[in-house]
Amino acid sequence: MIDENSLESVVIRFAGDSGDGMQLTGTQFSNTSAVMGNDISTFPDYPSEIRAPSGTIAGVSGFQVHIGATEINTPGDEVDMLVAMNPAALKANLHSVKPAGYIIVNRDSFTDKNLEKAKYATNPLEDGSLENYRIISAPITSQTIEALKEINVDSKTKDRCKNFYALGMTYFFYGRSNETTIKWIEGKFKSKPDVVKANIAALKAGSFFAENTEAVVSTYKVHSAKIANGDYRQIDGNTATAWGFIRASEMAKRPLFIGSYPITPASDILHELSKHKDFGVKTFQAEDEIAGICSAIGAACAGSLAITTSSGPGMALKTEAIGLAISYELPLVIVNVQRGGPSTGLPTKTEQADLNQALWGRNGEAPLVVMAASRPSDCFASAYEASRIALKYMTPVILLTDGYIANGAEPWKIPDLDTEYGPIATRLVDLEKIDYQTFHYMNRDDKTLARPWVIPGMKGLEFRMGGLEKDIKTGCVSTDPRNHELMCELRAKKIELIAEDIPLQTLEGADSGDLLVISWGGTYGSSVMAVRKLQAEGKKVSLMHMKYISPMPRNVESILKNFSKIIIPELNLGQLRTLINSKFGVKAKGYNKVQGLPFKISELVEAFKQELIKE
Amino acid sequence: MSEACYTRKDFCSDQEVKWCPGCGDYVILASLQQALATTGKKKEDIVCVSGIGCSSRLPYYVDSYGFHTIHGRAPSIASGIKLSNPNLSVWVITGDGDGLSIGGNHFIHAMRRNINMNVILFNNQIYGLTKGQYSPTSEPGKITKSTPYGSLDHAFRPGTLALGAGCTFLAKALDTDPKGMTEAMVGADLHKGTSFIEVYQNCVIFNDKTHDLYANRNTRPDMTLMVEHGKPMVFGKERNKGIILNGLKLEVVELGDRYKEEDLLVHDKHNETLAYMLVEYSHPPHFPMVLGVLYEKEQSTYEHMMEEQIKAVKEKKGEGVFKELLYSGETWTVKNDN
Repeated sequence: MIDENSLESVVIRFAGDSGDGMQLTGTQFSNTSAVMGNDISTFPDYPSEIRAPSGTIAGVSGFQVHIGATEINTPGDEVDMLVAMNPAALKANLHSVKPAGYIIVNRDSFTDKNLEKAKYATNPLEDGSLENYRIISAPITSQTIEALKEINVDSKTKDRCKNFYALGMTYFFYGRSNETTIKWIEGKFKSKPDVVKANIAALKAGSFFAENTEAVVSTYKVHSAKIANGDYRQIDGNTATAWGFIRASEMAKRPLFIGSYPITPASDILHELSKHKDFGVKTFQAEDEIAGICSAIGAACAGSLAITTSSGPGMALKTEAIGLAISYELPLVIVNVQRGGPSTGLPTKTEQADLNQALWGRNGEAPLVVMAASRPSDCFASAYEASRIALKYMTPVILLTDGYIANGAEPWKIPDLDTEYGPIATRLVDLEKIDYQTFHYMNRDDKTLARPWVIPGMKGLEFRMGGLEKDIKTGCVSTDPRNHELMCELRAKKIELIAEDIPLQTLEGADSGDLLVISWGGTYGSSVMAVRKLQAEGKKVSLMHMKYISPMPRNVESILKNFSKIIIPELNLGQLRTLINSKFGVKAKGYNKVQGLPFKISELVEAFKQELIKE
Repeated sequence: MSEACYTRKDFCSDQEVKWCPGCGDYVILASLQQALATTGKKKEDIVCVSGIGCSSRLPYYVDSYGFHTIHGRAPSIASGIKLSNPNLSVWVITGDGDGLSIGGNHFIHAMRRNINMNVILFNNQIYGLTKGQYSPTSEPGKITKSTPYGSLDHAFRPGTLALGAGCTFLAKALDTDPKGMTEAMVGADLHKGTSFIEVYQNCVIFNDKTHDLYANRNTRPDMTLMVEHGKPMVFGKERNKGIILNGLKLEVVELGDRYKEEDLLVHDKHNETLAYMLVEYSHPPHFPMVLGVLYEKEQSTYEHMMEEQIKAVKEKKGEGVFKELLYSGETWTVKNDN
């Protein structure tokens, strides 16, 4: 007799050798769940070595899926079910499994050789070390081969189908339909009918095994989440960023140019844009980070919507050029997909420790706009918004994302483009509308202080510009002391004025209370879930998630006043906290973590609770 | 192709030129202005891009579009300008410090990419703007402010470096020869690809007369060889000297009883090996400094290939439609009844 239980949400991690197809298996599980109406969030966990030896811990590749009947905002703290295709996968991921959590293991792979590669002295399936978990031990490899014995494919192909067998098991376990995956298999291997047959047979065999084996005593249902009507797709942060720029370019009627140098975890933005030459995107892989941004500056000089993408160490190299873009007053978007630092740091791990660098990391008084995206799908809106501000105000904008949201994926309600992502105005000079007698490239817009965008090719407006200080009126080189001060003030004022053109800061929760949680960037998911949990417990806690950091929305100061305490969780040692405290004279506390890992919801709940009870 | 009709004066900006009196940069500026008036390119389509250093002030003095950028990065910024708008005529102005030291990486990559732009390197073999330190082209042992006991560095030969990096047009000129320089610049403008012109330029303050042996009007004819494609390599005040190929070596010979003009090496600007030899052999007084267009090669430009690739993708996939991109891959519809 199998019990059927209903769950609010469930976290599953598929783990195996790099060659076991775990990314694909995880993606199939999440797609099926999304189509069945669950909210989802996913996160891939690749080894940092490209081709680590098979069977070793370094070679383990994982994919975590969080599905829910309620809103899901993170890939999940702890794992309800681990699928471990070999001993190394078990060893590398056991720590993330909840006590009494399920572990599906491929029994066939627990050979002496594999145990040794995973550095197990004894077989964990036999030595009692897993007694706190619920183990479903299945001969996945042999059963797959058995199930495919009538199908005309070679033995290597049969072995490769074992991930679908494991997927079939999880489908039965969580009441998923096989249909979406079957359709995908049929499309993917259209030209190889035997491979289609083999994969479908493995998937079904896995489901049947789970149904018939006594090891499975319960199945679980995760009902559809109450999700707004509309068309949905999955999107990861880097793809969303790339697409946001394509849309902005189209809406600004300015060609898109990206000058970039490969760096983890930002390279996928360059890869994605390189695919879209049908949109006229010009992608330039430069010889280094400096050439990346400098080519983008050149493209901006010549009238493109220019962007450059990087991560911490690359940002450090771009610093001087960012100053030039500030001095030139050019539209330019610089994306920093943050990773652990300093120096090379933790390239494949996430962190939020580049905020100070973005705000202050340049010589001279060098203000610019700093924004941060909050989740994978928000990268689209953020890239579009960063472009809008850059083009309207003739300023560089730094857009901060991070490794966690860049690689994480979630369902995204496909937006109504016309209403949400419409035309973008630029300062590009219309030669038919100007009076040549009075026009000057330093004549600013009265309201925004933005200079007009004059580009080579415009007849009669030829001008020279440098990184040397410019006369406020003529634009010519000036070393006049008072002029320099005026120019510094003007550049600062221009950025401050943008506060008039960004949405007011919103809160999740009441606009006054005992504790205000301030988060920014990629920690939104865990922060909002933690705050909601406390709100449900009756605590007077609100969340202020910041997207705009320089300039800040005009109402931030007034919000702070209405709370007795403030806590700022950050994946750094307190960078936003220092800024908020010094800017507004408050005494916000920090909850800080620099382990290369995202926040767990549970640790934030605990931290906020502690802050609430403190005297 | 163009109706543009200019004189040199049309390219003089309203800015006062602020180089030291007697600086070689004045002649380079005038030669460039003369060349720009000759190329037929429209003024508004011309962009001068420079880095940092004395030479890099030049864009302020040319009445066209000009960008004075940051140290060493002019080739990168110029690349972005040209790729963004291939219709522009882009000139990179740099020096031996700017182009070969801090900007060495961008220099070599610009050479290999072959974006259609012209790089003029003012080689005075010294840092002028920072008041006299040795540069990557200074001779070993040079006594400067930062090397009071002599520099320990070996020098780059900019021409060899450029050829090694894959440059498709190499010319050399003297700041005392505006005519030769203007011709090299016009040739560079006609060349489709990255053109590199090295100009031997005198710094009157920190490295005066460093090029004097071959640059001054008296010794120049005997110390330099102006090569012309398809012409025998003759030089000398009396045009009585020439170059022959002896085995794998170049040799200076006297014309007379033993050697006639027809015995001399004929310049072939398409011969890359010869170009290397001419750069490397240039060692006055033992071998004349070779000037003029040393090398030229036809090769597709980067920006042309970039445009072609975009065209080809658009022809195959059709013009991108953003909504279709959003709906690409798997999508699903959520429809709640309530």
